[in-house]
Amino acid sequence: MVENRPLLTFVQHAVLILGAALFVFPIYLAFVASTHDQVTVARGIPLLPGGEFWNNYSQVLGEGISTAGAPPLSLMLFNSMVMALSITLGKIAISLLSAFAIVYFRFPFRILAFWTIFITLMLPVEVRILPTFEVVASLGMLNSYAGLSIPLIASATATFLFRQFFMTVPDELTEAARIDGAGPMRFFKDILLPLSRTNLAALFVILFIYGWNQYLWPLLVTTDESYYTIVMGIQRMANAGEETPQWHLIMSTAILALLPPVAVIIGMQSLFVRGLVEVEK
Amino acid sequence: MSNISIQSVRKVYPGGVEAIPGLSLEIEAGELCVLVGPSGCGKSTLLRMVAGLEELTEGEIHIAGRKVNNLEPAERDISMVFQNYALYPHMSVRQNMSYGLKNRGQKKDEITRRVAEAARILGLTDYLDRKPRQLSGGQRQRVAMGRAIVREPAAFLFDEPLSNLDAKLRVKTRVEIRDLQQRLATTAIYVTHDQQEAMTLADRLVVMNAGHIEQVGTPMEIYARPASLFVAEFIGSPPMNVIPAAAAPDLAGIANADADLRIGVRPEALRLVENGPLKLTVRVIERLGSTSNIHGVLPDGKTELIASIPGDSVPAPGETVAFEVDTMDLHFFDKQGKRVAT
Ligand SMILES: Nc1ncnc2c1ncn2[C@@H]1O[C@H](COP(=O)(O)OP(=O)(O)OP(=O)(O)O)[C@@H](O)[C@H]1O
Ligand SMILES: [Mg+2]
Repeated sequence: MVENRPLLTFVQHAVLILGAALFVFPIYLAFVASTHDQVTVARGIPLLPGGEFWNNYSQVLGEGISTAGAPPLSLMLFNSMVMALSITLGKIAISLLSAFAIVYFRFPFRILAFWTIFITLMLPVEVRILPTFEVVASLGMLNSYAGLSIPLIASATATFLFRQFFMTVPDELTEAARIDGAGPMRFFKDILLPLSRTNLAALFVILFIYGWNQYLWPLLVTTDESYYTIVMGIQRMANAGEETPQWHLIMSTAILALLPPVAVIIGMQSLFVRGLVEVEK
Repeated sequence: MSNISIQSVRKVYPGGVEAIPGLSLEIEAGELCVLVGPSGCGKSTLLRMVAGLEELTEGEIHIAGRKVNNLEPAERDISMVFQNYALYPHMSVRQNMSYGLKNRGQKKDEITRRVAEAARILGLTDYLDRKPRQLSGGQRQRVAMGRAIVREPAAFLFDEPLSNLDAKLRVKTRVEIRDLQQRLATTAIYVTHDQQEAMTLADRLVVMNAGHIEQVGTPMEIYARPASLFVAEFIGSPPMNVIPAAAAPDLAGIANADADLRIGVRPEALRLVENGPLKLTVRVIERLGSTSNIHGVLPDGKTELIASIPGDSVPAPGETVAFEVDTMDLHFFDKQGKRVAT
């Protein structure tokens, strides 16, 4: 729709700006709070940034908040990063391969396999958390990166998405590749993977954020501070028991926790924008 | 050069559709053999069995003297051009053409040489670094051809390679394909449902119907002596007229013919005369420039007829005119549609 009416343009922009402001304002407040000292923040968050930026950020990154029993932020950021990346890469690898198997190979119980995977879509982590915990505990994977990420890797959403995508790849392309002497794995690597690029980028973003934002699961399987993730760290800081929560530091942490997902989105953006523009004819 | 031998091949699809009940065909080395027939008659099925993309239910296929039933498509020494070209969308023209050679372990400089040669023949040299989506339909078609010829295979297989092009380009490209195939002297099987394309391209024409072969021959043999009513009506444009013997009692020499006999007359064999055995009430005139097609009905009121006559003196709709035809231009078919010797 290409229309050129000044009033309409004005209203459209007004609505968009208002909407954006509504979303950005809390983040702005968090940022402002992270640049003041504790006393100022306790009196109410001012509207303009203060001068404590370096102090606050270097304190959370370097020392952590010992009173709240949280390790330095840099360690928690690292833990979160390891967990989010393992979950993302693991999920993508497993779902790509299983979708490939389901779409391109005729094996007994193929349909059954697909529906089994599909049904697990309906069981999010929270529902199966007790049995999963039991398994992880008896395998001795508590307080480890494996325990943090492996149980969250198996999931059906990505398999389902890739299956749907593979089914739209024309049969002739598969046949042309067979005539060109590409075996199954070469076809996968040379044809399917490059064609899935847009899907991969989008999925990477979604899954990274999913992994990054995990809260309940890390809370259950980690008791050792050195495996705490940042999302649970923030929560522990806010529930600091006797002490008054140090909001200026908590806000610095929150702002830092926001950065990696934002970086991932920006990094992947060029890939999926290109994907949308380059629709194959 | 090599030949393709198809021996008592039968194909039943999973689910029980019998696409080809039993068919044998020999294709000579270096010839372009066109499979033509109406939609759903099994042309693609047959071609795909030769390519190795469909399994045979029964029978054998030999390419260049080698039984290929259990060989993968890549091991059969064939290359195929698909109707929608099936180019790899993320690869450049160059990569599309070299992919098969690379997988075969060809040397780098040999690949470069062959791709450059194919690109030169097909006029694609300037497009080698483009992606398929940056090419026109005709250029994509040529890339698909290029991908087929760089392999220097024993046989080309074409499945309606021109049907996504506009009419003008189709005529131009089919001449190019014919020229290319003759220069390379590579055996080829070409599937089409367009009888005109079939006639102009074929060394040998195979007319198929419902999974079996109706007739095999050179285009002119088939045009001149169709073996059945089906072939008679399928080959030739406008199609051959079929007149029940009873509707045209005056046609030469058949006064006491069997009532089930049907007479075939090509529209272009009819001559407009003052007084002749076929009286036609004109309904519609189709002017094509050099010729005009006259559509009308015979005196029985239901048998329709088309006559193709040179352009200038055409009757008006509603007029009744007479046609004559040489006896040797008449074709006779029995109740089963088989040609009757005359
Ligand atoms: N994969 C399949 N499974 C079941 N039946 C099939 C399959 N492919 C084709 N058929 C059937 O086999 C018959 C022959 O099909 P085929 O594709 O060979 O026809 P065709 O001559 O190439 O027709 P067209 O000119 O429309 O391409 C048809 O009746 C079709 O419905
Ligand atoms: Mg077909």
